Amino acid sequence: MKQLYDVLIIGGGVIGSAIAREMSRYRLKIGVLEKNLDVCCETSGRNSGVVHGGFAYNTDSLKAKLCVEGNKIMGQLSEELDFAFQRCGKVLVGNTPEDQESLERTMKQGKANGVSGMELIGKERLHELVPAVIGEFAMYSAESGIVDPFGYTIALAENAAENGVDYFFDNEVTAIERDADSNYVITTSAGTFYSRWVVNSAGLGCGKISELLGIGGYKIIGSKGDYIILDKRTGPLLPMPVYPVPSNTYMGIHVTNTTDGNVIVGPNADLTDNFTYYGVSQENMDYLSSSASDLWPCIHKKDYIRNYSGILPKWVDENGAIQDFKIEVQDLKAPRAINLIGIESPGLTAAVPIARYAVGLMAEREKLTLNSSFNPIRKGVVRFAELSKEEQNLKILENPEYGEVICRCETVTKAEILQAIHNPLGVDTMTGIKYRTRSMMGRCQGGYCQMRIAQLLEQELGKKEDQIQYARKGSQMFFGKVRQEVES
Amino acid sequence: MNAQLKEIQVEQVDVVIIGGGPAGLAAAAELYRRGIRNLLIIEREKQLGGILRQCIHDGFGLTRFQTALSGPEYAQRFIDTIEELNIPYITDATVLEVTHERQVTAVTREGMRTWQAKAVILTMGCRERTRGAIGIPGERPTGVLTAGVAQAYMNLFNTMPAKEVVILGSGDIGMIMARRFTLEGAHVNAVFEIQPYPSGLPRNIEQCLNDYDIPLHLSHGITAIHGNTRLTGVTVSKVDENLKPIPGTEKEYQCDTLILSVGLIPENELSLDAGVILDERTRGALVDENFQTAAEGIFAAGNVLHVHDLVDFVSIEAESLADSVAKYVIEGSLKPAAISINTDCNIGYTVPQRVSGEKEFTLSLRVKRPMKDCRIVVRQAGKEVAVKKMKKAIPAEMIRFVISHEKLVSGSDLEVCVEC
Repeated sequence: MKQLYDVLIIGGGVIGSAIAREMSRYRLKIGVLEKNLDVCCETSGRNSGVVHGGFAYNTDSLKAKLCVEGNKIMGQLSEELDFAFQRCGKVLVGNTPEDQESLERTMKQGKANGVSGMELIGKERLHELVPAVIGEFAMYSAESGIVDPFGYTIALAENAAENGVDYFFDNEVTAIERDADSNYVITTSAGTFYSRWVVNSAGLGCGKISELLGIGGYKIIGSKGDYIILDKRTGPLLPMPVYPVPSNTYMGIHVTNTTDGNVIVGPNADLTDNFTYYGVSQENMDYLSSSASDLWPCIHKKDYIRNYSGILPKWVDENGAIQDFKIEVQDLKAPRAINLIGIESPGLTAAVPIARYAVGLMAEREKLTLNSSFNPIRKGVVRFAELSKEEQNLKILENPEYGEVICRCETVTKAEILQAIHNPLGVDTMTGIKYRTRSMMGRCQGGYCQMRIAQLLEQELGKKEDQIQYARKGSQMFFGKVRQEVES
Repeated sequence: MNAQLKEIQVEQVDVVIIGGGPAGLAAAAELYRRGIRNLLIIEREKQLGGILRQCIHDGFGLTRFQTALSGPEYAQRFIDTIEELNIPYITDATVLEVTHERQVTAVTREGMRTWQAKAVILTMGCRERTRGAIGIPGERPTGVLTAGVAQAYMNLFNTMPAKEVVILGSGDIGMIMARRFTLEGAHVNAVFEIQPYPSGLPRNIEQCLNDYDIPLHLSHGITAIHGNTRLTGVTVSKVDENLKPIPGTEKEYQCDTLILSVGLIPENELSLDAGVILDERTRGALVDENFQTAAEGIFAAGNVLHVHDLVDFVSIEAESLADSVAKYVIEGSLKPAAISINTDCNIGYTVPQRVSGEKEFTLSLRVKRPMKDCRIVVRQAGKEVAVKKMKKAIPAEMIRFVISHEKLVSGSDLEVCVEC
């Protein structure tokens, strides 16, 4: 029997997952269609992890309004959903009179946008805040912060799932039609789904899904940024993100501390129409390092542990000018379809306000009934490494699996790996475990633990060696056994 | 929960040895023979033996035992001794912290355990340099892994990680894996080495590459990695004398696996937190001839101190620190080492880096590039105090020789240089 959903959400990134969670506050049957094998495989997981203040966006834009709201509620969200967030502040560092003017303009815009906690500070105060920085003065934004983008997206998705939302991974949408009852019929790479409402939160795929919905004309370009991750030993040298003075369209290459104590360097911003290429060139790595060293001279190759890149979907007009977020329902072209276009930075900060805005568009069109059993609280995998010795001891006495360290660099125990393997979304990839526990993210990059985790994944989920996928579909890790075991 | 269980008891012990690999086992047995009985080896794996457990090829023990053994056989000789002497050890125990005051805390399945030791010996070995650490450009598919990880998958987990292979780096493990892959039905296209000379031992080039017709291309680097799911290929370029890729020399290789054998890094995370000072060159501790680090009562030996090419020298080095550690445990201090050992530009590093001058010691060093018919000279205040003549000196082979203290004087540093 075919299942008719009230809402199907296309795209399980931070926006799709926030919408899923916010909609699960109401009595609705909700599903999420995600083409990848986990949430946050694209833009949501591939960024700086900065919680923006909201001063960098034009006053009256959705970007400004929703970012400011998102910043305000991030602390409460992180408590409800158990993800890492630190309101550590950030500085925009300047050296010239032009920089000074630009920062004053930014402050003014920030005030108009409703941002609090901004001040212009001199060299002395700047060096008190970030001793290692190079610069004459700065704008300090006390309300800015950092978030674990994986933890945040996973938390939203798991909370949605715990409140009854169905997640369908490995389902790439290929066609959208409407049947005789005017319900949406969505064809994916894995099957057919039916729904009264559709949400396009497809991120990099938003232009394509919008066209499938019958709303053409949105031009989406990718802005690709590369990053270098530095060893945790560098973390104490960077208590908050350090940015250059921003231009209108681009934040500039910055250095950012992470909630786990690493430092990330980047991004550049290269326009691209290839939304699946995440390679990083030598030229860009060299450029990132030399450019960011002008702000923070602590970048040394011996501390490199990994590089990565991400692509922001930018909606541009015919002249290439970057547009605001678009969150709309076009009742004539595609009734009961919430269309989100160009959700780029500050989408991570603004995700929940964006979701509430989207729910608002739905509530204007039909009456929503509160789901009285909605539970906003979600608990993630316990972080053994963050407990005191006494707490660690108690955990082990409760469950000896906490007494077995699998990932040495990040001190992740077998108990945590097992919790991640049996995650509420049913994700069964290696990166699924990585993003939920921090295993394989340390300086040896899985040299010690990856094989143990692969073995646990095989044992716990009854998989064969050649069924273990690293991250994406097709990212097979093994080609079977070396030698077949002979039964005696 | 019983209140007593919540308290973590501190156990008293003379010596804690962190790591039950070749260095830790050798140090433990020698300490026992010198009368130190209240000692403990802490091993994170389920069994003793360390990395040797996955080194199923032979060639171990030629120096230490005058016979060719496999890695597990070599380790077993030491494990048998540990068992015969009833030397205490625990496995499945991961040390989380070593303090400057020599308090050691480990995670075990029975709970957190803490020991107060009179002396600590660091024998944690090393880890492999990864793709991220050397910053190879390109995409990030699966199928890019270090040689030791591939070796563990095949030899410990019976799991085949490759079919069509390219190897970057001519380190010994990379060459040994080239042979291992070939024997298990994978195809190894070639080994590329960015330096103009191989980084592994000549015997491995002969036995692991030449015997299997696997080409070794010197002065070549990987300049791009392709594939967004599994690796589909790599771009290889020739490099100039500054190790920079030469435009126009790019060549594409189709492969599903890129094996990296690009160096080992001593695993010193615990040491740093204990206040041990590292040598930028070895990335191991700065030590004196007693193998004592900058943190008093904390000693180091084996690959955690500097990366060795042969396990035999790891064992010998670890055995040689037992005298000093035993003396330290009994007397509570050792003679200070005030004489620094400095090197010229042809020498990569030395171990030790400083000595007291009152005791014979073994100097270990590596040259920076291959050299022929040279003399390694140790001088103090312009005077030759030791010389070693070398027909051939290569970076892959550690050079060791004994220096007598009889010619040494106090108050003046030692200079080590290569003369051709």
